[in-house]
Amino acid sequence: MGLGVVGIAAAGAALAAAWRSEIAPVPPPAPASFDPALVRRGADLALIGDCRTCHTAPNGAAFAGGLPLPTPFGTLYSTNITPDPETGIGRWSQAAFARALRDGVDREGRHLYPAFPYDHYSATTDDDVRALYAFFMSRPAVSAPPPPNELPFPLTIRLTLAGWKLLFLRPKNLAPDPAKDEVWHRGRYLVEGLGHCGACHSPRNLLGAEITSRAYQGGEAEGWRAYALGAASRSPVPWDEAALMQYLRDGFHPLHGVARGPMAPVVENLAEVPREEVAAMARYLASLGAGPRGEAAATPSLVPASAPGQAPQAAGAQAAIPAAGTDLYAAACTACHEGGRPPPFGGISLALSTAISDESPRNLVNLILEGLPVRGGTAQPIMPGFGAVLTDAQVASLAADLRRRFGGGLPWPDLDSAIREARAARRLAARPAAAMTR
Amino acid sequence: MTSMILNGERRAVRAAAETPLLYVLREEFGLNAAKFGCGLGQCGACTVVIDGEAVFSCITPVMLAENRQVTTLEGLGTAEAPGPLQRAFIDAQAAQCGYCIPGMMMRAHALLARDPDASDAAIRAELEPHLCRCGTHMRILRAIRLAADAMRPRSTAEAGR
Repeated sequence: MGLGVVGIAAAGAALAAAWRSEIAPVPPPAPASFDPALVRRGADLALIGDCRTCHTAPNGAAFAGGLPLPTPFGTLYSTNITPDPETGIGRWSQAAFARALRDGVDREGRHLYPAFPYDHYSATTDDDVRALYAFFMSRPAVSAPPPPNELPFPLTIRLTLAGWKLLFLRPKNLAPDPAKDEVWHRGRYLVEGLGHCGACHSPRNLLGAEITSRAYQGGEAEGWRAYALGAASRSPVPWDEAALMQYLRDGFHPLHGVARGPMAPVVENLAEVPREEVAAMARYLASLGAGPRGEAAATPSLVPASAPGQAPQAAGAQAAIPAAGTDLYAAACTACHEGGRPPPFGGISLALSTAISDESPRNLVNLILEGLPVRGGTAQPIMPGFGAVLTDAQVASLAADLRRRFGGGLPWPDLDSAIREARAARRLAARPAAAMTR
Repeated sequence: MTSMILNGERRAVRAAAETPLLYVLREEFGLNAAKFGCGLGQCGACTVVIDGEAVFSCITPVMLAENRQVTTLEGLGTAEAPGPLQRAFIDAQAAQCGYCIPGMMMRAHALLARDPDASDAAIRAELEPHLCRCGTHMRILRAIRLAADAMRPRSTAEAGR
């Protein structure tokens, strides 16, 4: 009986820790009450945080929510973060906004699902919270209730999230590093915080939490592989600060390729923020290391400066070019990928492709099927998809062939399942290029 | 040597296996409906149907058509006896310069074969890969709607047999 009492007391204590009180509603603040400079600053921070990307449904009003987020646990729908008093955050005080951003608890006191990356946003400073609040509270209010989440029991009980937070939610350690400069510190703050790069680029455990001991060793997002960054990078050419800057700003780099999948909206957001913010992120990301493949290849002779009209090549690319033949690579790929024109007008040398050197075949399969669709309003490389004409067996044979020629790794054991999954996703999202309108 | 079923007839291809299907159709078989537009699979003018899927023939090596059903606009009817989709495009006067039209018709053909009741939104979304500079877009949409309406009773009747 004594044990029972202890048990009840422990459960009570846990419940007390899990219980979060409501923060009283406030009358929606007038948009004009915010300093325009603060609102502009908030707009930049919201771009770095990719707020619009998740909180806007295809063809929907900006920030009005409703985007389905498929997770291994079920489908979540992003919420309305416009200042609509009934369906949005119009009655949220700045304190309530800050608590949601940093603790993952909404104004009413409900725990939020960690698809909302509060494990990163927790690092946001008070000043930046104020700017973000000013930005969101001065957006047009849109009345739009988000669709209900599609989750199985017991995940529907939000109190279970308190347990998740107890296990996995840790404050980011952003203690100053005396060996590093101010730009690096700014970059670390943005990458680890609002930028939430690790949300996709770090692996997650079975409960969906980032495995902090394996930060940036590569993850998964929406049917795409988010490549390992830094020391674990598989890029055939090492990333450096300048390359990261160009990639994050322009959406592609001639030695690395094109940002696609969930990375495409990220670079579109970063194209709009002040240049020095992206430069800071690039400096920090470059400091994470170049990767074993990168370091092996990081000699000037192997990475020649690209001359106009000449595609840059990684080590081994010459040897890998096959004799003229009737194979699929030669017939379908070489006109662009060995055409001698550098990106964006020609395709990158496939010896430079991380999609081929990576441990997962998923991105290569996605690219073969879908190509690089045009993204409205952007000047970026394109590639036609071959999904309509290639059979699954042909996709498998082409991918395996590219891996053999250029990948420098073992054959992919999971190639067939990657093709099945990519086909299924393609059928679901019938027209991804058309659906991505903002 | 590549062999394919072109508009219902088995045909042997003399051209090398890596030759784009578009060149084979136009130069070897004199089927000139499919057009060379961009050569990059970005404008849609070269679209034909392979096994029910709309495909850019300018970037498709003919080796991929091996033993498969290839349908071009010529396979949908003749000037004397136009098929329902062709009839609809004539009735709606949907072509101005006409360069993009065969590609649009082939993608519409594949769509209506797959989904005879395709919504207007589905038709618009499906035609998204096709570029047209003349501006007959509304007539093109009307023509496809007309064709869908014309084809539906027949396909229902066939299904009932």
